[in-house]
Amino acid sequence: MSIPAIAIRSLGFSYPRQEGIHFEELNLEVPDGIRFGLLGPNGAGKTTLMKLMTGLLKYKKGSIRLLNHEINDHPKSVNKLFGFVPQDYSFYSELSPRENLAFFGAWYGLSRTEIKKRSEELLEVLGLTDVGDRFLGTFSGGMKRRVNLAIGVMHQPRVLFLDEPTVGVDVQSRHAIIHYLKGLNQLGTTLIYTSHQLEEAEELCEKVALIDDGKIIAHDHLAALLKEHRQDGLEGLFLGLTGKRFRD
Amino acid sequence: MHTLKASIIKDLKILVRDRMGLLMMFFMPVLLVIVITSVQNSTFELVNNNKITLLACNRDSGPEGTRLISAIEKIGMFRLLLLDTSIRDNEISVRMHAKDALVAVVIPDDFSASIQQRASDIASRALSDPDSASKEKNRYARQPDSLLMFYHPVMQPSFRQSIKGALHSAVQVIQGEAIAKSLYSAVNSKAIPPELEKDILFGQIPITEIPVSRSGSRVVPNASQHNVPAWTIFAMFFVVVSLGSSVVREKISGSFIRLKTLPSSYLNALVSKQVVYIMVTFLQAAVIFAVGNLLFPHIGLPVLHLPKDIPGLILITLACGWCAASYAICVGVFSETPEQANGFGAISIVILAALGGLLVPSFAMPANMQQLLRVSPLHWGLEAYYALFLEGGKLKDVLTNILSLAIITIGIQLLTLYGLKKKNLI
Repeated sequence: MSIPAIAIRSLGFSYPRQEGIHFEELNLEVPDGIRFGLLGPNGAGKTTLMKLMTGLLKYKKGSIRLLNHEINDHPKSVNKLFGFVPQDYSFYSELSPRENLAFFGAWYGLSRTEIKKRSEELLEVLGLTDVGDRFLGTFSGGMKRRVNLAIGVMHQPRVLFLDEPTVGVDVQSRHAIIHYLKGLNQLGTTLIYTSHQLEEAEELCEKVALIDDGKIIAHDHLAALLKEHRQDGLEGLFLGLTGKRFRD
Repeated sequence: MHTLKASIIKDLKILVRDRMGLLMMFFMPVLLVIVITSVQNSTFELVNNNKITLLACNRDSGPEGTRLISAIEKIGMFRLLLLDTSIRDNEISVRMHAKDALVAVVIPDDFSASIQQRASDIASRALSDPDSASKEKNRYARQPDSLLMFYHPVMQPSFRQSIKGALHSAVQVIQGEAIAKSLYSAVNSKAIPPELEKDILFGQIPITEIPVSRSGSRVVPNASQHNVPAWTIFAMFFVVVSLGSSVVREKISGSFIRLKTLPSSYLNALVSKQVVYIMVTFLQAAVIFAVGNLLFPHIGLPVLHLPKDIPGLILITLACGWCAASYAICVGVFSETPEQANGFGAISIVILAALGGLLVPSFAMPANMQQLLRVSPLHWGLEAYYALFLEGGKLKDVLTNILSLAIITIGIQLLTLYGLKKKNLI
């Protein structure tokens, strides 16, 4: 049996001195090599769970293992195994895409030759070669999202966390990003993805987990979930399981 | 090293592309040093070269009042504006409020009579039997009305004291002259010869001023030697405004979240910022010293003479720069917003500057403050710069200062590490 990309066991977490999201005895497993969607309404705990899985937050109870490495205890070198594409733009807008990729490439521990080769590959495949030397501050939202993604996959991670990677982009950029992510998955990268774009999630994800109020309320292959809950699409399933109450 | 090098390149590029930031870091300190040196230079010249306007009202009808006016003129410190004898005290106040002068002197109407009476009393006591002379010590017929010195409240006490001292010396000349004349005529029954009178009154032993120097050189301190090094240190520490807020901005930005998930340590980013900002502070100092040395003589300011021990100057400048960059990063780590970093950073530097002796010389501070100033890195930097720029010192003379700066810097770094760990940033 292969090692899961993510294995969460009996996770307990709450923000100190804050009300809101808390996890109690949360269990979740993401098999290696799949495209996994973590979906839920605002405030359900998606981003918090993603921060816990990437080591940005520390948990006090339970276990999160990434490719069999306990996240709380692992040395920094294990961070080479995963990539993270945060919802916020995570680059220096005073620099160009090439300069950003050179900087983050060095932080991933890549050699100068690897950085150069990988930068050109990514700029090409994400349609950024011609603007590779322009300052990011002048870019459109779609171009910025593609650069944000390129930085996250610079080191060819085995697991890629994507927090709303296409929010605020046009159809063309969304198409390019989704197309690229599918190709990346075919090469063996596990995708763990959160989004409010349910059509996009339906198109991208093989397996989904629905999370609400810090609890996993459904977790299976998308087709199985739709069949089980007698729904035609993800939106109907989502509303059926999480209700129509506003969560903001 | 590859990560650190990439971080330094990134920080340098971001810095160089922020033209307004560069202007603030280089142009503003130069402007500050020029303005402060010009202002201080005018004070130097006011005392040394320019004359202070003095309103003088001689209500004395005798010769001594006129002699006193002449003695005041001979001091060379004042430009006298003689007032009409009928002018009243409140009218003098009005003229001073109109800023005609910051100081005025009124010679009372009995000034000559008092001086002559006092001189003759002293002469007769001096020539009488010693026992009876001591008994007669309270025998003076009259105490003269005092001279009135009006001064504007804006005048600093030390400046007022030096004017008062100058007026006292003029009065002493008049009194001495009268006493010498009385004694001579009492002993010789004739008037004192003019040559002897001149020798008695003006044959003072001259005072030669020698600035203390470690190297034996005789560079006379001027406003540039005093102010340029002091305000250079202030400018170096003022990087807290740009660097502190830059650390906060990075901390709250998306790029920091990504950096935390990468295999390299965030300490690389902090070391990179220190290296870059040590370079910045070093360049700031180099630019300011170059301006003092090359530009000042062309804009009417005294030239800044660079110390002979350039390695010593470089080392102390690097030590100050390292401390300044460390302090700025520490402020950035503990601040939640750029506004907090800017506000706290700027005010704390002014406080440390005051404690360090930039605003008031440390020797003039109360004893308890003199103990407190040891915690200010600006104090150790300033003392070292003064040793090099004013006293002709060498590296060995400032090693204690470098060591003290290093200890303070390491303390700041430890505090920064504590802050980073406490906030789960490393």
